[in-house]
Amino acid sequence: MARRNERAAGIGSRAVQIGFLLGILVLWYLATNRWGVNRLLLPNPIAVWQQLLDVLKSSEYLPDLRVTLTELLVAFALSMTFGITVGFFVSRTRYSIRVFDPLFAGIYSIPIILFLPLYVLFFGLGPASKIALGATISFFPIVLSTIAGFSNVDRTLVTAAKSMGASDYQLFRYVLVPAALPVILSGLRMGFTIALLAIIGSETIASLAGLGHHIVQLAEGMDMARMFAYIAFVVVIAVLLNGIVSFLEARGRRWT
Amino acid sequence: MTPSLRIYLLRHPGVVRLGVIVLILIAWEIAARWFIDPLFISPPSRVFLSLGAVWQTAGVPAALRLTFFELAVAFAIAVVIGLTVGLAVGLQPFVRRSLLPIILLLYGLPQITILPLFILYFGIGAASKIAFGVTHGMFPITLAIVAGVQNLKPILLVSARSMGASRWQVLRWVIFPHMIPSFFAGMRLGMSGVLLGVLLAELYVSTAGIGHFTTMFTENFDPTKLFGLVTMLAAMAIVLNEIVRRAETRFSRWR
Repeated sequence: MARRNERAAGIGSRAVQIGFLLGILVLWYLATNRWGVNRLLLPNPIAVWQQLLDVLKSSEYLPDLRVTLTELLVAFALSMTFGITVGFFVSRTRYSIRVFDPLFAGIYSIPIILFLPLYVLFFGLGPASKIALGATISFFPIVLSTIAGFSNVDRTLVTAAKSMGASDYQLFRYVLVPAALPVILSGLRMGFTIALLAIIGSETIASLAGLGHHIVQLAEGMDMARMFAYIAFVVVIAVLLNGIVSFLEARGRRWT
Repeated sequence: MTPSLRIYLLRHPGVVRLGVIVLILIAWEIAARWFIDPLFISPPSRVFLSLGAVWQTAGVPAALRLTFFELAVAFAIAVVIGLTVGLAVGLQPFVRRSLLPIILLLYGLPQITILPLFILYFGIGAASKIAFGVTHGMFPITLAIVAGVQNLKPILLVSARSMGASRWQVLRWVIFPHMIPSFFAGMRLGMSGVLLGVLLAELYVSTAGIGHFTTMFTENFDPTKLFGLVTMLAAMAIVLNEIVRRAETRFSRWR
């Protein structure tokens, strides 16, 4: 009985969720078709859908997508390399953790997007400033999680491995890395997500190319239906990228 | 290094931390003075001395006040929305199961992509910054409230009701005190969200806020003033974060 109730409640929840999303679509349609909301403020959902299909077919997004993905990959490679290296060496002694960990955590709590004007001044409007900002922003979660991962390895595991005569390399490969990996991986996923946000954000604010730049161009041209379609496209790309990274994280956890 | 100094430093890692910061500043000073084109970077000593000049630039104090105002209003609205939605969604299991996935979905979307829409709907003035700050701040607060209500032990609710507490009394004496720690944790996350949202919108387009001046200093290749202004903003962000963090540690002590 209780089980049946649970299942009924589950179906009810799904129904509410689907109803909610359908309700928004219907309201959107009615607002544009019946209530005469200005097309420059809210384009017709059907027009947006057609534009979305057109965007996908035309492959005009390829140059922008390539720019954004290149920036993202370079920025993430930089922050991953520096974050893990610095984090590892800081985590070697308890003392250096106490010196550096609060320092990184303190800087991480400042909204680093503030420094974007400095980066633009220094690196220019091109991809370099986006790479630098994305790398800076994603460095902090990676370095903090690497420190946390390596410093919380159970002391008994280390002592046991040493007493059984493990070499430094063996200790690193078979004890430290497996113990720290899950924490580091979640730091990497977080770093990737905020690097993506930082890069699209800085493309929106000041840039010459990229997905964020294209949305701004369409907004300035008041090409609303196409802009909505492009926003949907970018959101899907972001969701896909985050999904891939979450999948890799889950795979990485099993690897050790 | 004398042994006593060594022991002192070992006991006080904070002193060494300060030393690291000073070393970085010195390296920056040397690089900026002798190696890098002064059009792009300014040594910290000059930035520090220019803080007064930045403050006296016509419009800068007003811009900082405006940004502070945007942050405060956005934060207040985000707290009210987050609290209302969080309680409405969290208190009923059915509503929570139905709507929480939608809230999580919305929170997971990259909001930065719709920043141009906010400017279109709310104009280039303060309203669009406040709105963008609210949408960044309300989700973490909502989720923290939902989590806080969820962690409430059902036995407390049952016993309060069995002792004849009214709905309002349950809310006031049972739910509310238990929510305080997660409420303040949510406020802290909400504050960083609001800071991010407002600053993003300011930097994107601005007529009178700090975004206007960062653009102006960048376009005039005036790194000294730009660094000074960014330093002031960073100080403002640190102070706001610190206030919320202090409030969190202070009010979660009752348990």
